[in-house]
Amino acid sequence: MDRNGHRRIGVYICHCGTNIAQTVDVEKVSEYAGTLDSVVVARDYMFMCSDVGQELIENDIRELGLNRVVVASCSPRMHELTFRKVCQRAGLNPYLLEMANIREQCSWVHSDKDLATEKAKALVRAAVKRAFYQEPLETKEALINPNTLVVGGGIAGIQAALEIADSEHKVYLVEREPSIGGHMIQLDKTFPTLDCSSCILTPKMSAVGSHPYIDLMTYSEVEEVSGYIGNFKIRIRKKARYVDEDKCNSCGVCQEKCPWQVDSEFNAGLGKRKAIYTPFPQAVPNIPVIDTEHCAYFLKGTCRACEKFCDAKAINFEQTDQIIEVEVGTIIVATGYDVFDPSVMPRYGYGKYDNVITSLEFERLSSATGPTGGRILLKDGREPESVAIIHCVGSRDQNYHEYCSRVCCMYALKFAHLIKEKTNAQVYQMYIDMRCFGAGYEEFYKRLSQEGVTFIRGKVAKVTDHATTEEEKGKLIVVGVDTVLGNLMRVPVDMVVLCAALEARSDADKVARMFTIGRRADGFFLERHVKLDPIATPTDGVLIAGCCQSPKDIPDTVAQASAAAARALALISRGKVALEAAVACVDETRCQGCGRCEEICEFHAPKIRKNGLISVSSINEVLCKGCGACAVSCPTGAISIKHFTRQEILAELEALVGV
Amino acid sequence: MLVKTPYREAVDVLVDEGGETLQLCYQCASCTGSCPWGLVRDFAIHKIMHEAQLGVVDFEDEDIWLCVACRACVNQCPRGVQLIDVVKAIRRTVMELGVGKSPSSLRVALTSIAGVGNPIGEAEEKRADWAKEMDVKTFTKGTDLLYFPCCLPCYDPLLKGIAVTTAAILNKVGMDFGILGANETCCGEAIRKAGNESLFQSLAEKNIATFNENAVKKVLVSSPHCYHTFKHEYPDLGSDFEVIHSTQYLLQLIKDHKLEFTKELNIKVVYHDSCYLGRHNGIYDEPREVLRSIPGLELIEFPDYREDSICCGGGSGRLWIDTEKGQRFSDTRLKQAIDLGVEVLAVACPYCMSMFKDSQLTVDKGETVAVKDIAELVKEAM
Repeated sequence: MDRNGHRRIGVYICHCGTNIAQTVDVEKVSEYAGTLDSVVVARDYMFMCSDVGQELIENDIRELGLNRVVVASCSPRMHELTFRKVCQRAGLNPYLLEMANIREQCSWVHSDKDLATEKAKALVRAAVKRAFYQEPLETKEALINPNTLVVGGGIAGIQAALEIADSEHKVYLVEREPSIGGHMIQLDKTFPTLDCSSCILTPKMSAVGSHPYIDLMTYSEVEEVSGYIGNFKIRIRKKARYVDEDKCNSCGVCQEKCPWQVDSEFNAGLGKRKAIYTPFPQAVPNIPVIDTEHCAYFLKGTCRACEKFCDAKAINFEQTDQIIEVEVGTIIVATGYDVFDPSVMPRYGYGKYDNVITSLEFERLSSATGPTGGRILLKDGREPESVAIIHCVGSRDQNYHEYCSRVCCMYALKFAHLIKEKTNAQVYQMYIDMRCFGAGYEEFYKRLSQEGVTFIRGKVAKVTDHATTEEEKGKLIVVGVDTVLGNLMRVPVDMVVLCAALEARSDADKVARMFTIGRRADGFFLERHVKLDPIATPTDGVLIAGCCQSPKDIPDTVAQASAAAARALALISRGKVALEAAVACVDETRCQGCGRCEEICEFHAPKIRKNGLISVSSINEVLCKGCGACAVSCPTGAISIKHFTRQEILAELEALVGV
Repeated sequence: MLVKTPYREAVDVLVDEGGETLQLCYQCASCTGSCPWGLVRDFAIHKIMHEAQLGVVDFEDEDIWLCVACRACVNQCPRGVQLIDVVKAIRRTVMELGVGKSPSSLRVALTSIAGVGNPIGEAEEKRADWAKEMDVKTFTKGTDLLYFPCCLPCYDPLLKGIAVTTAAILNKVGMDFGILGANETCCGEAIRKAGNESLFQSLAEKNIATFNENAVKKVLVSSPHCYHTFKHEYPDLGSDFEVIHSTQYLLQLIKDHKLEFTKELNIKVVYHDSCYLGRHNGIYDEPREVLRSIPGLELIEFPDYREDSICCGGGSGRLWIDTEKGQRFSDTRLKQAIDLGVEVLAVACPYCMSMFKDSQLTVDKGETVAVKDIAELVKEAM
């Protein structure tokens, strides 16, 4: 509404309670604003973002015919959207709003009232000058592809996939191991209910395997991701199993007959599998895979026993990797965690002493599907008479990982219970704190206290086999302090279980780069907001769930996975996504097609295209974040950023310094 | 059980005296678990840390003077607490603010250092006497290398060999070096750890002034303690020179073929990692490479070696404090060497040598193992 082409600017100064008003004289700033060129009205109010405050602006727009609005208050990151909506409601284009940050950048960082007020005046002056040159912009929309990609088939990926698939939308679930199940399928009983992990997980795995809306691709990896929210293109490599999935009937004879044994990854290296194998009997899909690095046929051209004995004629040595390309609207990354390798801590003797094992190795020992059929045994086959469980190995330690891995105190209690259940062993827990925060967790701790476990509070200094007394001969001696007693303790045991930290996957940086997500300092994937948005990432359309975001237990993983699914479904339900209008645009008459913009852009927005005989840059407005890097790198000044034009910025700067 | 109340002001004093990392401690006690005192007696350093956090440190407690600054605890601490600095802060509070009391034998050594620049108490002028019968010149402007032997080899006849052999090696390979004799004074490293900050500063300032006057640019030391303070503490007080430990220097001479071996020693040697060379400065390989390059020398390792080496018990001023028999780490280490059946226990630190030579007098079969500095072994093979 431009009456006679003149600007009619309304300026609104917020007190923000005392946040601003305590340091900045808001009434003086409001008075000052009223004297500026083209300012038709200047008001100050207690809380501009409140209903009353918003109404003030809305009414002024309508009644005074305002065509530009300046709000001097908090950071635009807080309320730019709020005030843009106010403009929209009053019929004004939302991009004709400018905010002056007189809180985070003024009242919150200065203590001198006079100087702060002068600064606020300068900031308002600059905002008004900029608003003068702002132009209305159109918000575009893009349609959403209703398919979803879930990367990782552990409990997080499985949960997310089922939630979305149950709503009758298609999910591509990509898992790089031969079977889904992740780490959870490796666990024995789970805390605090002592549910058998396989018993609660296999029904979900089975549901995934047979779901009409889930396209399950195991032994597969995502190789390339391109596109943007609602329109991602994914290239997946489905590795050759050398077994024909359509013919195989999961009889298992090939595995029986294969003469070549390999350390079993599923059993954390404790047992063996064959060169042709399914990782565990309940694998989904239950189709074996040939490990070409250990198969005699692939290494030397001999054997072929599996082929000989396969009734279904499913073995196919000629199989090749398949490249599959799919299109999806949302990606959920649920790639899980790795277990810390304690060999880098020689003090604890892992890798040196036979009977020092990690938590994951213990889970496999205790599992019915494990190498000992669920019996807790030492390397030489004997049952241990005593076991020490050491907390915080690699966690809460600035020499390795500063963070707490969150689940270890609870699974340590669980281990104690399992050992007591299966053996007559004495159990010792060496802890610094007992972190039992969840529902039923403290009660579980109390229960374990009554099962005859000895708790020693102190971080273990070392594990040694140097005996100093008769009782210590032939044992592993755990040396540490009981801080409550103040005594140095020497505890001779047969087996030591290390509660090893959960850490980010070793290829997390590769995965992060592929999906354009960031990583925190601790190595895990960076969420958009740790409290208020733990499943989104700064890249629209890419979500994270489960332990790849941070260590957590199964209840929290499932909750996060469902949250990610809900977010994906919200997008699907909306069907379209609004695009930020402050994006780069190219003046093709100035563009030389040099390609510097394409090189510098992190988000792959500019692309050099042929326009007839000449090459020019063309910006994909959906990918563009409006960061301005291309505009800066353009040698001819062909690129400008909408809503951040040179004219606007220079006017703002000049006004700021009082020119 | 005595009832205690936290006293914030006492915490602030310790924080001001350089112990601010005490705030990080989360009472896991892995420090006490790794402390060498645990081999021979009760010493709950984790308790002292927590007392410091609460402001209830007993400044009259004798245990404060047990710490040998071996760094086993700091190496393992999961929170990054600099326990040595916290103990130093507590000792500074005793020494400088007059709270509590320091051990009398320590006070004697400190008085000697303050008076005549060495802990033995002998005259300043005699500092260069060890070199009387040798061709060793006084350092002047333009001399390439300053050899700084450490008070102990200068004055203690049992340790004189370290200085004498090092100087002899330098002469043999034709290095241009000099010594400062009475113009230098004790480096002050242990004095600082013992809490006497003002004495340390005056010693350091004196040395730095002398070094600057004489345009000293490179200093060769025999003691890892001198090495440590010259490298990490003197620069804050305005020093500007390079420091190198004798094992590093010897290795360089060997690698450059400036030092030639002419004899085979044919001995079994076990190398003891000193705390200040090893855990404090990460120098584990150079001494071993020097030993391995000596012809006929078989190098054996202690089961607890490198980062796990047991302190000799001489650091942080304890060289001058009496330790009860049965509680001496150097006895334990010497016994280990005897059990390994070696001919020589090789060291690279005058404090370690002093402690082990002491232990030889009381440990059964102590005389069956010879205690030698690496420089002495090198000279024997030249």
